[in-house]
Amino acid sequence: MSASQPLLDVRNVETHYGKIIALRGVDLTVNEGEIVTLIGANGAGKSTLMMTICGSPQASSGSIFYDGEDITRLPTHLIMRKSIAQSPEGRRIFPRMSVLENLIMGAETAGNKDVEESLKKAYDLFPRLKERRNQRGGTLSGGEQQMLAIARALMSKPRLLLLDEPSLGLAPLIVKQIFDAIRDLNRTDGLTVFLVEQNAYHALKLAHRGYVMVNGKITMSGTGKELLARDDVKAAYLEGGGH
Amino acid sequence: MSAQSESRFVSAVKDSVAGGLIALALFSLMLGMKAEVASGMGGQLGIEYRWGAVAIAVAIVFFGRLLLNLFVWKSDKPVTGIMSGMMPKASSFSGLGKFAMPVFLVLAVVLPFLLMSYYGASGSRRYLDLAILVTTYVMLGWGLNIVVGLAGLLDLGYVAFYAVGAYSYALLAHYFGLSFWICLPLAGILAALWGIMLGFPVLRLRGDYLAIVTLAFGEIIRVVLLNWYDFTGGPDGISGIPRPSFFGLEFERGDDGFAAFFGLDYSSIHRIIFLYYLILAMALVTNFVTMRLRKLPVGRAWEALREDEIACRSLGINTTNTKLTAFALGAMFGGFAGSFFATRQGFISPESFTFMESAVILAIVVLGGLGSQIGVVIAAVVMIGGFELIREFAEYRMLVFGLLMVGIMVWKPRGLISTRTPSISLSGKAKGISADLVQEGHG
Repeated sequence: MSASQPLLDVRNVETHYGKIIALRGVDLTVNEGEIVTLIGANGAGKSTLMMTICGSPQASSGSIFYDGEDITRLPTHLIMRKSIAQSPEGRRIFPRMSVLENLIMGAETAGNKDVEESLKKAYDLFPRLKERRNQRGGTLSGGEQQMLAIARALMSKPRLLLLDEPSLGLAPLIVKQIFDAIRDLNRTDGLTVFLVEQNAYHALKLAHRGYVMVNGKITMSGTGKELLARDDVKAAYLEGGGH
Repeated sequence: MSAQSESRFVSAVKDSVAGGLIALALFSLMLGMKAEVASGMGGQLGIEYRWGAVAIAVAIVFFGRLLLNLFVWKSDKPVTGIMSGMMPKASSFSGLGKFAMPVFLVLAVVLPFLLMSYYGASGSRRYLDLAILVTTYVMLGWGLNIVVGLAGLLDLGYVAFYAVGAYSYALLAHYFGLSFWICLPLAGILAALWGIMLGFPVLRLRGDYLAIVTLAFGEIIRVVLLNWYDFTGGPDGISGIPRPSFFGLEFERGDDGFAAFFGLDYSSIHRIIFLYYLILAMALVTNFVTMRLRKLPVGRAWEALREDEIACRSLGINTTNTKLTAFALGAMFGGFAGSFFATRQGFISPESFTFMESAVILAIVVLGGLGSQIGVVIAAVVMIGGFELIREFAEYRMLVFGLLMVGIMVWKPRGLISTRTPSISLSGKAKGISADLVQEGHG
């Protein structure tokens, strides 16, 4: 897995909300073909890092490279057109638009020419979406909405998929289904995934490598297995979480 | 059972008495005493007592509350339940929509001839004027629908673009003598520019905040028109705005007029009919463009923007451009309608562009159902047409208006037509998704 240069390279990034500092010099890399997860408690800055990568808010210092190109100061919509796709926290599907329209929205701006093919792939990945393609997004269950959010992100044929808390508020069985789908995507298509999760156990089991964030700083990193085995990680994030 | 209904009656009466007493306390000051300049006392201020009016008001409150208590609030079978049962279900419109559109269209096209044959040339003028007015509001509603219904940007100052369009034509004609057909596109472009100018500062705003700023914008335009006396004529307005010609043929008596050219007897109704078809065509163009855009990426981006701005950004949609195009397009159609208004009236003044107009147009869009084109038509016909027909009771206009709003919001909170047709469907048949079944679901 040692590519010459990482696909996503976050170097010493600091992010402020006004005067409040949220990220205190974060270093993180995601190599092509990897699943990398970032775990941490509420308010640690996980989502802030995710959003800083997407350019909203922009980093106040440090830099972010995607595929060798500095994207730190690019506006959000241009970053998101660079074969990066994001499934945002809280799913954020378009509730009054149909499932099909939601998916099309994912393909359209990215300039995907093979919409039909991407649609077929999305439906293969989550057959439930095909059944419900003419239904309003808002009528789907939480799990189906999460599937839709991921499928919508995949419609742009990304190389890097950013997932922000895909397990949020979902039943364990659905979480497993979604994480299985992510693993499949990584294995069969070689999709690179950067996953921000609170559900540390599942995330670390899925990921090749993981980072632990505390209070805006990366405090630990290692392979998923290593982190899972560490006592301090267990104590902080896995107490009672190992279902 | 009878004891229960008796206690229900007693509690209803108690409640109504309480309501009546509150009404008495309020109305005895509000209605009961009126400050008057007494004529007998050398112009001194005196108080006129009107206890009769107070009694009537209190009686209305008492009996109204009693009836509501008995038949709605404390009844097993509320009358309102029956009423809402009578309101059309959104699902019943999905079939109707396909059927109603062509019927409406054909009716709109043949309307002048129907009226002419029924009322004669002079009798139909009143109805044609009304039809022109209604169609103008349909066009304005469709224009605003792009901004409010599709892009979800609450615009309370839409009348500003109507005013820009009207004044653009009036001033261009006044100072440069340009004709309607040259000014029409210019007015649209100018209004679109103003739409972008409004759009830039409000890009970061949504909902309530956006509404306040657009409201202020509408007022600024009106106040500028009112006070820039040298240029716009201020409160005097601009008169003598030229009428539109039919491919160079004026609607005038004489050898080179419209009637003479086509070998018809001259009649003033020709121009009215022409104006009617003009606004109808303009409105249909608005509708056509909107319907087309809805099925294109930009239109879908508008709707996605209405649904979730952050999701839009995560998909790489440029929200700045999306908002600005919505503002510009909505404003452009407002501008077209405005220059039509100017040429039809022949006289404009800032008084025609008050906040009330914005409110009426917005009400048409909201009552019709945000984003629904046919809903706008129905709402415009009911509101504008209905009000003109009860012109004799003009004082009660706002009362009826308010009641209508309350009624719609109680029984059809998402407007008359709340069904949304998906902009794309691979199976070929786009089925409307009824809003009766789904409220604002998030899971």
